[in-house]
Parts: sequence; structure tokens; C-alpha cells
Amino acid sequence: MWDAFGFEFVNFYLIPGLVLGCIYALGAIGITLTFGILRFANFAHGEMMMMGGYLTWTIMAIVTALFGLTLHPLVAMVPATAVVIFLFLLTDKYFYKPFRKEDTIKVVMASFGMMLIIRSAVQAIWGPNQLKFVSGIAKPNEILRDVSGSIDLMLLVPNKHIWIFLGTIVIVIALSYLLNKTRIGKAMRAVSDSPDLAHVTGIDVDQVIRATWIVGGICAMAAGVFLAMDIQLLETTMGFRMLLPMFAAAILGGIGKPYGAVFGGLVIGLAEELSAYPWIGDTPLLSPGYKTGVAFAIMVIMLIVRPQGLFKGRSF
Amino acid sequence: MTDPILSLNNLKAGYGQTEILHDLSIYVDPNEIVAIIGPNGAGKSTAMKAVLGLLNIREGNVTLNGDDITDTPAAQVVRLGISYVPQTQNVFVNLSVQENLEMGAWTRPEGIPERLAEMYELFPDLAEKRNQAAGSLSGGQRQMVAMAKALMVDAKILLLDEPTAGLSPKYRGEIFATIQKIKSTGVPILIVEQNAKQALGVADRGYVLVDGANRHTGTGAELLADREIARMFLGGGH
Ligand SMILES: Nc1ncnc2c1ncn2[C@@H]1O[C@H](COP(=O)(O)OP(=O)(O)OP(=O)(O)O)[C@@H](O)[C@H]1O
Ligand SMILES: [Mg+2]
Repeated sequence: MWDAFGFEFVNFYLIPGLVLGCIYALGAIGITLTFGILRFANFAHGEMMMMGGYLTWTIMAIVTALFGLTLHPLVAMVPATAVVIFLFLLTDKYFYKPFRKEDTIKVVMASFGMMLIIRSAVQAIWGPNQLKFVSGIAKPNEILRDVSGSIDLMLLVPNKHIWIFLGTIVIVIALSYLLNKTRIGKAMRAVSDSPDLAHVTGIDVDQVIRATWIVGGICAMAAGVFLAMDIQLLETTMGFRMLLPMFAAAILGGIGKPYGAVFGGLVIGLAEELSAYPWIGDTPLLSPGYKTGVAFAIMVIMLIVRPQGLFKGRSF
Repeated sequence: MTDPILSLNNLKAGYGQTEILHDLSIYVDPNEIVAIIGPNGAGKSTAMKAVLGLLNIREGNVTLNGDDITDTPAAQVVRLGISYVPQTQNVFVNLSVQENLEMGAWTRPEGIPERLAEMYELFPDLAEKRNQAAGSLSGGQRQMVAMAKALMVDAKILLLDEPTAGLSPKYRGEIFATIQKIKSTGVPILIVEQNAKQALGVADRGYVLVDGANRHTGTGAELLADREIARMFLGGGH
């Protein structure tokens, strides 16, 4: 059973689907928080992820040049995150804040502009061509392979994927602690619930907005670096490619619902990978070229059938 | 003579260009319950929003203990000690009862456990529901969450906008009883009410508002005895 069916399914479809799902989930958290608290669809979110990858690469390159060391991306990510958060706060203050009292569509268009600005800036600084993020072939983790192999359930999971799973779990647990146990986290949920009431309750909404950018920024950074670790390269279109599936994940889970975003991300990631499994006969059910179509289809169906999403988010 | 706690003086105010309050004056003295009654659309809620700095005020001013607070932003008004319970959407539905109260204490984060205990004493129903989402409660219980949330700070005055709207007589009675309890702790209250008879019954003074201006003013008893007011508001089922 495992040899005939399970091995291939689990190792070549299910695990990659979960990896992709983790990346979508982290990106969708930022999108859903921004949508819930600042009330706009942030089209620049994917670009922030992409730029996070480039900044991480740069820090790794600098360390290699100065000290001859190869830094792990997860270490290089830390200072890069600080830079991205700083940029998030800066764009909020000078770019989005002036639009706050205006119609939502203006902020959405502004974020579209921000998306183009970031991508052009990255292209200008790092060039339009692909960069190698991590070199070499990712070999499966040997301990996991041997242990699981000894009970005839051989799992081939490279270390990079193990890091992505662990990283996502840590971030989701930290996020849940923040939102449920801390004062600022509860205030974020309150503002998402009703900005007007938050305002007349005396909650410092500006502080909550800054916290939202910080949390969204950390998740976007992680998503961007995890994606770069997974595909082992950087390209300036990688953030944009993620945008549709991330929005699909946020809508599937319910706008403004962080757990919904995590769940939606996993579902979209799995759906995309599993759609290419040869469910019927020997050929992929859907050609891998249609992967993005799967996310789009789920999003459209969801908007028609249950616009508030699985976790009862805001409908619009 | 001491200054009133809160005073709205000859306000002309509205939303953007539209003027809703044409010449409105209201004051609340220490230890008073003051009721505002009036027909739908008279501008009762708008008068409260004027205090919270949510309005475009053209003329007149608002004072707290004699200090001018006209056009002060809402968050600052709350910090100064004016606690406000809006007419609608006055609880965070996705937050638990306790989290709602904690948010109410945003501007005064010290001593939250003690104040939570006080609130659960004042509103015993809420104690057992503390971990339930506020959105899952009945209308009357939500109203209590909203009031408790407003009392989590050291309020100098409490503004209540129609706290009994749509509630059963049982809850209405409970809310009015609680309002008198709150008054006895030394917090004056400005209350907007549709249930004019009950409101004027507990109020020290009342205002009848029509078309954004004062129509009648007097003690609760005087207004209750007024023929015209009786015809306008007190007839029917209240
Ligand atoms: N946000 C707003 N923007 C513009 N006009 C408004 C707004 N809110 C209320 N109004 C208008 O202001 C007027 C007074 O409204 P307000 O809500 O103060 O009445 P009210 O006396 O509280 O009535 P009710 O008993 O129905 O609560 C109404 O004509 C209403 O249409
Ligand atoms: Mg009203």
C-alpha cells in the first residue's frame, strides 16, 4: 500500500502541498490583518515578501564577503526583518496614513502603486535577473528518512522543509499568544471588530495600526524567506505570483480572521499540489500549469457561496 | 457656585456641512442623573457625539469641570474621564466579556483585576459569562457589558445612549436599577432614553429635545407632570 501509493502521494504531493500551504498561510495572515484592522486590501504585501527575500540574501552575501561564513537564511532573516518593519512603518506614515480618512478604494489603489514602486526599486537595486538564494541540491533529512524507513513509511523531507514547518508552527503559536493574551493583541482584535467603538473607548488606534504592520511584516518576511528557501532562488515576480493564492487563502478563511488565514493557506497550498496528482489514470488530474487557476477557482466559488469565509469573517 | 461636571453651551453642530444641532444647551451637575428625551431624529445621539469630539462644531462649546474641551479628539475625551456607551455597536462582539472590560480600561491600565471584581459585583450576570463572546449574549446582557466596559475607568461622568432600547421590561428595570446604583457611587450620568417615563422617573432633571434644540427643561417630576410632554412622549405603551 505504502509502496504502491502512499510513498509517492505523501512525499511528492502532500508534503510539498503543506510547504506551499505554510508559505501562503504566513502571507495571508498579513493580508487578513491589514484588511481587518486597516480595512484595505494590500496589494503590496507580496512585494514586501519578495523584498524581504532580497534583503536576507544581501545580508548573507555581506557576511560571506566579510567573514567567509555562510549564514543560514533564518539567521540572516532577523536583521532583514528589522529593515522591512521599518519600511512598513515608514510607508504607513507617509503613504497610507494620508488616505486613511478617504474612501477605501483610494488606499487600495495606493497599495497598488506601492507594489509597483517596490518591484521597480528591487529591480533597480538587485537587477531584473534571478539570483541564487541557496545553492546545492536539497537532500532529504537522513534521520527522518531512516527512522520512517525502518517502519516502512519512508519520508523524504529536506531540511529546508523541516525548517519551514517548524518556523510556521512557531510563528502561528506566537501570533495566537499575542492576539489572545496581550493587551495590544486584544486591542488589534477590538479594532478589527469595530474601529468606531475602539476610538470612543479611548484605544490608541494608531498604536494598534503600527502593531499590525509589525506583525504583518514579520509574517511577510518569514513567508518571503521560506519561499526563497523552498525554490532556492529569488526573482522579482515571486511576490506577485503569491498574491492571488494568498488573497484566496484570506478569503477562504474569512477576512480579518488570522486562524482562518492559516487554515485557508494550508487548504490552497494542498489543493494546488494535489490537483496535479494522477487521481484518475496515470496523468496529472490538472496540468501543473493550471495551479494558479485552482486558487482562483476556490476564491471565486467562496465569494459566491460563502463570502464571509469558513471562519465567518467580514463579508464585502 | 461650582461648575457643572459637563456642560454643552449653545451648540451649533452637525456632520460635515449639515447642521443638526441648532442651539443646544445641556448641563450635568455633580451627583445628578440627567435625561434627554425627544422624538426620533431630534439629535439626541448627535448631542452625545458632540461631547466626544466626533462632530463638526460651528458655534458654542463643551466644558468639563469648567475646562473647554470642544473639538478634543475622542481618545483624549475618554482620558479626561468621560465614559460613553453608544446607542448601537457598543460591545466588541468577537471579544469575550472580560476582554471587553479590559479594553474599557485601555486608558487606565493599573488595577484591572480589582476593577473587574467590582464590575462582576455590580453586574453579577456577567461574572459567569466572562469567557463568552459578547456577541453571543442577549441584548440586555450586552447592554450590561457595554456599561461595565465604560465604568472600567475612573469616569467623571457616564454618557448612556438609549441603554434600554429593545429590551424586555425585566432587563429595562434592571438597567434603571443599576443606573441608580452607579449614581450612588458618585458618578453623574447623562442618559438618552426612549422610555421617557422610566427615564424621567430616575432622573433629577430632564431635557426635551426637538429638532436639535431645547424644547422643555425641568426636574424629572416637572416634566412628567407636563401636559404637552405627556401627550408627545408618555402616551402609549411606555
Ligand atoms: N453620521 C451621520 N451623518 C449624517 N447625518 C446623520 C448622521 N447620524 C445622524 N444623522 C442625522 O442627524 C439627525 C439626528 O440624528 P440622531 O441620531 O442624533 O437622532 P436621535 O435623536 O438620536 O434619534 P433616535 O431616537 O432615532 O436615536 C437625523 O436627521 C439623522 O439622519
Ligand atoms: Mg439616537
